[in-house]
Amino acid sequence: MALTSIFDRLFRRSRLDRDLEEEIRSHLAERAADLQRSGIAEAEAARRARLEFGGIENYKEKCRETRRFHLLHGFLEDLRFGWRMLCRAPGVSLLALLCLTVGIGANAAVWSWIEGILLRPFPAVAHQERMMAIAGTHRGTTGEADPDLSWPEFLDLQRSCTLFDAFIVDKITGTTLGIGDHAERATGSIVSSNYFDALGVHPILGRGFLPAEDAGRNSHPVTVISYRLWKDRFHGDPAIIGKTQRLEGVPHTIVGVAPEGFNGTFVGWAIQFWVPVSMQETFDSTGYKLEDRSSRWIEGFVMLKPGVTQEQAQSQVTAVATRLAAAYPATNRARDITLFPLWKTPFNNARTLLPTLGIALAVVVFVLLIACANVSNLLLARGVARRHEMTVRLAVGAKRGRLLRQLLTEALVLSTLAVAAGLLFGYWCRNLLALLLPSRGGLTMSLPGELDWRVLAVSAAVCLIATALFGAVPAIQASHVDLAGAIKAESASVVGGRRRGLARWSLVLLQVALSFVLLVGAGLLLQSLRNLQNISPGFSTRVLTTWVDLKSAGYDQQRAEDFEDQLIDRIQAVPGVQSAAFAQTVPFGYRSYSSAPVAIEGYPTAPDERPTLEFNQVGPGYLATMGIPVLSGREFTRADNEAAPPVAVVNQAMAAQYWRGRDPVGSRFQVNGRWLRVVGVAKDSKYRSLTEPPTPFFYVPTRQSTGGLVLNIRTSLPPQAMALTLAREIHSLDENLAPGEVITMGEQVARTMAFQRVALNMLTVFSLLALLLAAIGMYGVMSYTVSQSRRELGLRMALGAGPRDLLRLVLSHGLTLTAAGVALGAAVALGSSRLLGYLLYHVSPRDPVAFASALLVMMMAALAACLLPAWRAARIDPVRALRG
Amino acid sequence: MAPKAELLPGTLDLLILKAVSLGPLHGYGVLLRIQQISAGALLIEQGALYPALYRLEEQHLLASEWGTSENNRRAKYYRLTRQGEKRLRDETQGWNRLVAAMSAVLGSSPKEA
Repeated sequence: MALTSIFDRLFRRSRLDRDLEEEIRSHLAERAADLQRSGIAEAEAARRARLEFGGIENYKEKCRETRRFHLLHGFLEDLRFGWRMLCRAPGVSLLALLCLTVGIGANAAVWSWIEGILLRPFPAVAHQERMMAIAGTHRGTTGEADPDLSWPEFLDLQRSCTLFDAFIVDKITGTTLGIGDHAERATGSIVSSNYFDALGVHPILGRGFLPAEDAGRNSHPVTVISYRLWKDRFHGDPAIIGKTQRLEGVPHTIVGVAPEGFNGTFVGWAIQFWVPVSMQETFDSTGYKLEDRSSRWIEGFVMLKPGVTQEQAQSQVTAVATRLAAAYPATNRARDITLFPLWKTPFNNARTLLPTLGIALAVVVFVLLIACANVSNLLLARGVARRHEMTVRLAVGAKRGRLLRQLLTEALVLSTLAVAAGLLFGYWCRNLLALLLPSRGGLTMSLPGELDWRVLAVSAAVCLIATALFGAVPAIQASHVDLAGAIKAESASVVGGRRRGLARWSLVLLQVALSFVLLVGAGLLLQSLRNLQNISPGFSTRVLTTWVDLKSAGYDQQRAEDFEDQLIDRIQAVPGVQSAAFAQTVPFGYRSYSSAPVAIEGYPTAPDERPTLEFNQVGPGYLATMGIPVLSGREFTRADNEAAPPVAVVNQAMAAQYWRGRDPVGSRFQVNGRWLRVVGVAKDSKYRSLTEPPTPFFYVPTRQSTGGLVLNIRTSLPPQAMALTLAREIHSLDENLAPGEVITMGEQVARTMAFQRVALNMLTVFSLLALLLAAIGMYGVMSYTVSQSRRELGLRMALGAGPRDLLRLVLSHGLTLTAAGVALGAAVALGSSRLLGYLLYHVSPRDPVAFASALLVMMMAALAACLLPAWRAARIDPVRALRG
Repeated sequence: MAPKAELLPGTLDLLILKAVSLGPLHGYGVLLRIQQISAGALLIEQGALYPALYRLEEQHLLASEWGTSENNRRAKYYRLTRQGEKRLRDETQGWNRLVAAMSAVLGSSPKEA
């Protein structure tokens, strides 16, 4: 049947009625005319015609019935009736609505994050369903040994693969932009010239990059800026194209402005400018890499041709990888290249957020289940109140199926309202995830949720499932009223029937169990976060860190060194400052360390062993400033400059591995073809994460390499005070310079744990919510039971039970239930806490402390929920209870 | 005048289909044609015609449109759809088989049995 005719039938009933009316009128008139022709008077003819026709209204109704689109029409009636019933008990309805809104809203929010961060992270890209990440992998392992690609590898792929529309280079980078009296970091990206065309993103002003801009070492200083940068920094200047902006000290010509809403292709960050591949060296302190097959720095994407499957594309890429491995064994032996769906992208925050979002999803499903159980219980209680209505309707001949349908429709009205409210809630929560993450010194995090039709579809499905979950039990119960029994027992009932009681108790049991699981999860994450915080990073967390970008300000090497010396002298003269030192990279920072192949004198390497180590370039007094002890020898002084022999300080792990316990001070090793003499051994510290094992690492003096950026200060001054002092001192040296954000090293470390923290926050919030819902559920059931068993309680009292006994009776009832729920929850938690995976650090998924504290919290909540009903039970007046 | 026969249950639909198969009719026209063909031998309550017409239309055996009657009144005309024609053929055959079988049974004499 056509949709339009269904519509006709539903909404144009009156027209149908008019038609029917007219048809019958016309019949009667024709008949009367015939009768008149046979000689009967006009009035009598009309009367006879009506009489012969029979019961007009009766036949009309029969016609209407055949015409009605029964199911749908009944549904609309149920809907209207359901709405009226919800309005009749506004308190219960609102509470149910609130529970459901929380449950459905939390689901909508998490789904919108999954959609916006993992599944469709780049809404401005024309065909992101054909976009995949590409990364290097180690053949035979599942892990990504070296996920980045080198430029020569990239060119080989581009030349040999036919199933792809484009290979895209993307490498996140950063620079400093001076804005007024402070400097800010800006996130940028080094991209291949096809970037904008391949993504289908068209600059709103100017152009994207030209193919020629891929080639020529540092020869194309051009940039496309983001819409936001254009608006904020350049005030939306319509004549921006052709103007220049200094980036990393090099004047760049602005050739384009990206459209609004395009934040680049690095999940988690809003990219503010793009430069072509040829400018790689300018933006990468670790050197020129465009001709080196072993320098892997590209975070690549591909656009598949329409209709190409992942398998087809992968086999082509694997063929290239195999060929490269054979042609360049030195760099590509055992190396594979793998395509990843965007949500598995190995090099951006999709990967770091995947487990957190997975947990979030599990958690919100739990919360939804608990909310459903609550609403189910509320409806059960109301079902008892409405038993009279059901009984009457059954008695006058309503079918049970009809009642069931109506009750389910009422549930559907509830959950539809809750979906609407929940989506609103989800809309507000869209950017919550970025807010939960700590700020990173002015850089714009971008982790938007995406409320598109898929999320709406999922929410609708959640709504239907929820309806089935919370509506079914009460509906079945309510529609199975035993007619005779119900009427008889109406006034005398003690508890609302065994089966109904059982359903209510099991729902509470379920709630307790689920909340317990969440509490255990939160406890485990808390424990593991505490363990992480207890790990010593190997440097003082109270040291302040900030940065001064001299390179971007156009300083040459000599001027920079003079400036650094003067600034250090001035800062160290400030009361409360013990020492200060520059370094290239801050531990736990986003910027990567320099790395280079090394050859150690006296350490024979196997033929295929190419030790590549990371190092930092640090100024005089760096180790003392950071609080890293020097175990042997000395650290750098101002005398370790360009004129002095090249030196290095190695860490314990490097000494142990390459000098095998011998004191390395005085021996030499070779880095980039230059011999360095070891002058000291520093204690191991953590360089990137608290959980990393001791890693061989060394330091070289800033004066003997490219120079510093990060400024570390050991002081008793608080960060804010130091920031002001520092800004003043820098200004007095150079009006145009400004420091970056001043934070403690402790804060710097904490920022790397952001994702564990988000997972913990989320789990804590949701488990408290779940606990609250469970407590409400338990309170509801307990107080309902007490009010229903007034007679029984009164009788006990009359037989000699004291208030104390009744209190104990009700409390033990509630606590027994809780204990059963906890037992069930513990079983589930033991089975599922492994899901927390890498977020757990040095905590067994069966950690007794987490389980015990969850038990404690659960029992407290249960006690609180049972106390009021128990107190009410103890105050029952036996005389009134028995009479009533 | 011959006594009037009550309709067997379910036969009204068949009678309507047959009546309309001879040309589009409005409701009252259907009634007249059935009376005319059966020479007034079949008794139909006039009102009962309409639920049947609506039911047949709902089953897409009949289609209807508004027109003007011989007496210049606005009236709803019913005509047979293709599905209706097929149904009429099938039902007529079924009916004939039933009648033949019934007459065979009722017409048989005790000897043959």
